[in-house]
Amino acid sequence: MQVAMAGINKAFGPVRVLEGVDFSVAGGEIHALMGENGAGKSTLMKILCGVYSADAGSITVDGLPVNIRSTRDAEERGIAIIHQELNLIPQLSVMENLFLGREPRRFGVIDSGRMRREAGVWLQKVGAGQIDPTREAGTLSIGQQQLVEIAKALSLNAQVLIMDEPTAALTEHEIATLFQIMADLKARGVAIVYVSHRMEEIFKICDKISVLRDGSFVGERVIAETGFDEIVKLMVGRELGERFPAREVTPGEVRLKVADLSDEGNISGIGFEVRAGEVMGVAGLMGAGRSEILKTLFGVNRATCGQIELDGKPVVPRDPGEAIAAGIGFVTEDRKSQGLVLGLSVRENATLVHLDEYARGGVVNGRAESAAVQQLIGELRIRTRDAELDVKSLSGGNQQKVVFAKWLAKPPRVLLLDEPTRGVDVGGKAEIYHIINRLAAAGTAIVMVSSELPEVLAMSDRILVMHQGRQAAIFDARTTNQEEIMTAATGGL
Amino acid sequence: MTPQQKATLQKLGPFIALMVVCVGLAFMSPDFLTVGNLMNVMRQVSINALIAFGMTLVILLGGIDLSVGSILAVSSVLTAMLMKAGYDPVLATLVGILAGALMGSVNGLIVAKGKVAPFIATLGMMTVLRGTSLVLSNGSPITGFSSDFFSTLGGGYLAGLVPVPVVWTLLMFALFWFVLKKTVFGRHVYATGGNPEAARLSGVKTDRVQIWVYTISGAMAAMAGVVLTSRLNSAQPTAGVGYELDAIAAVVLGGTSLAGGRGWIFGTLVGALLIGVLNNGLNLMGVSSFYQLIVKGAVILLAVLLDRAGKR
Repeated sequence: MQVAMAGINKAFGPVRVLEGVDFSVAGGEIHALMGENGAGKSTLMKILCGVYSADAGSITVDGLPVNIRSTRDAEERGIAIIHQELNLIPQLSVMENLFLGREPRRFGVIDSGRMRREAGVWLQKVGAGQIDPTREAGTLSIGQQQLVEIAKALSLNAQVLIMDEPTAALTEHEIATLFQIMADLKARGVAIVYVSHRMEEIFKICDKISVLRDGSFVGERVIAETGFDEIVKLMVGRELGERFPAREVTPGEVRLKVADLSDEGNISGIGFEVRAGEVMGVAGLMGAGRSEILKTLFGVNRATCGQIELDGKPVVPRDPGEAIAAGIGFVTEDRKSQGLVLGLSVRENATLVHLDEYARGGVVNGRAESAAVQQLIGELRIRTRDAELDVKSLSGGNQQKVVFAKWLAKPPRVLLLDEPTRGVDVGGKAEIYHIINRLAAAGTAIVMVSSELPEVLAMSDRILVMHQGRQAAIFDARTTNQEEIMTAATGGL
Repeated sequence: MTPQQKATLQKLGPFIALMVVCVGLAFMSPDFLTVGNLMNVMRQVSINALIAFGMTLVILLGGIDLSVGSILAVSSVLTAMLMKAGYDPVLATLVGILAGALMGSVNGLIVAKGKVAPFIATLGMMTVLRGTSLVLSNGSPITGFSSDFFSTLGGGYLAGLVPVPVVWTLLMFALFWFVLKKTVFGRHVYATGGNPEAARLSGVKTDRVQIWVYTISGAMAAMAGVVLTSRLNSAQPTAGVGYELDAIAAVVLGGTSLAGGRGWIFGTLVGALLIGVLNNGLNLMGVSSFYQLIVKGAVILLAVLLDRAGKR
């Protein structure tokens, strides 16, 4: 099966999101769709699967024009999408989710026996036969939920499968499983559109790549004939310079000293030191306790034993307020649910942590606040027309910069970063790396958790590797490599 | 229309509705647009407006306070009893309002520390406090206070023209506007209502914010109770039944989101005025009070539906 989109236009009000975009994908092919945030990837895919309708342009299936007006139309043509935010209903069972809206019936009553059997078959096909179809979907890991979604798409007889950032929340092991299934589907002639920011993955599993920039199609390449640099250049429209900017900092005195730190069951026996101007990377599989170290240091989780010293003085933060008072900042993993108040403006978010700096007797000095926000916007190069706009109107990368801005109004002594570039496009990532380097240069001690090994290797001075709640090793970032880190992370050391 | 213009129009929607209703009533009833009648409307509105100001903070947090009517009753009974027992009316008034704040803080503690859903917590308190007001007063109204100070609170006029309750309302409006717009506390209310998790991780003491907000709501209900008791020269243990719904209606009519994090105090003032003007207009036109309820409810539904449609 071959699906082709030609000359697609789409505008939301006055904003043109897509202009004359061509895109095609054929059965037995994994086709990457890349572009910076806001380039129009999601909109294009939502048109293909019937969520939006195009203002102009055509879609053909095997050369015949089709009219896709709803997701049901798309499903009937065999086009299915797996959204970045998974769409399973957590309170329903796996099989109820699989057959939602088309439950097998007998005498008008749901035939659960048949539903369970058929669900088992479809799960088997995606290598998830071990999942009990009657289990509540919400109790599955993200990776397993994704497999259920794929099984659902296959049960709808999908010939074209669109996957939007499928690996963003998966562990290494789950990613490997997913790639195996994708290869199987490809061999069976399914066309897969793969939307991702992760360059390494794309070069590993995709056959072709199409790039969008600012709502226009800028090119299609065969993976075997192109390289990282060319793709990045297509995406950003310019040479990016170095992917990971170098940092020239000589670490100073020990800033943060952690000894024998344990919490209520997630981590135990953690001990490390970070100097002023040093970046300590934290690697490990999902669930290994990486984020929990940060949460305990920040007073979100309760430490049950161990010591934390900041510039030689013991601190025991019991809540985030105390951690902040001690000079610790925390850029959280999920900016939508933990980092930002989406309904408030850029200004109100940027000054949320240190609002007292611009207030006297509890009354905010509006002029001082606005001036400080303008300075932060300039320093961090946050692209927004106006600081009074809702923060949710910004692109992912710029939202993340606002999260950084919250902590930088008053430079922190220690900054904890949890997946600081997740869901941020290539250009935005480079800018965030620059911010991290500038902070280190100013003497902040940084602890950075990241699932992207190239990022951890390039941005850290030393790397702490976690395995099942304990620290497996601390490596010097200059002398270690991905293999050594993965070995330690999987308990092979 | 640009999105910004649309947003502004949306925000001013309730105000425009109020103007339309006023112009309509001015044509339909010659008595409506007289100074005397308008002052009368404002005085009637003031009780609901005072409660609704406190309710606005609660709803901005994503909460709800069903106990305001009962707090109003307990406070007014308490104030009346103290005056009857010979205490100084100023002292009695202050104790009444303080008691309201205290009852509100219990709501706040149950919600913030006990992690009970606000609807349930304040529903329970509403019942407990209604019982309390009946117990305290032995079920009968307390009437006849001989204090000039106290009767001025609800029944007096400033410069012989502006009813004193209207003065309270405008003062409180200005205070709430200032707090929400200009203070750290106000910002923390919006942040906690918009995303409690992000607010907490930004160092906002969200528990403390919640407790204060319910405390303020209690104090405002008590203040409304004092005004009402003064105006009627009588404290009723059954006063304030259903007042929470009028207050919630005013807040929602004003455009504040029940989901929390979004809204403004000006909208609440307009919402309260809209309800008051409708009541007054229907009275002037001689519409029966049964029909008035139908009209009032329909207007609230219509306003919220229009608001929804505009956001789509």
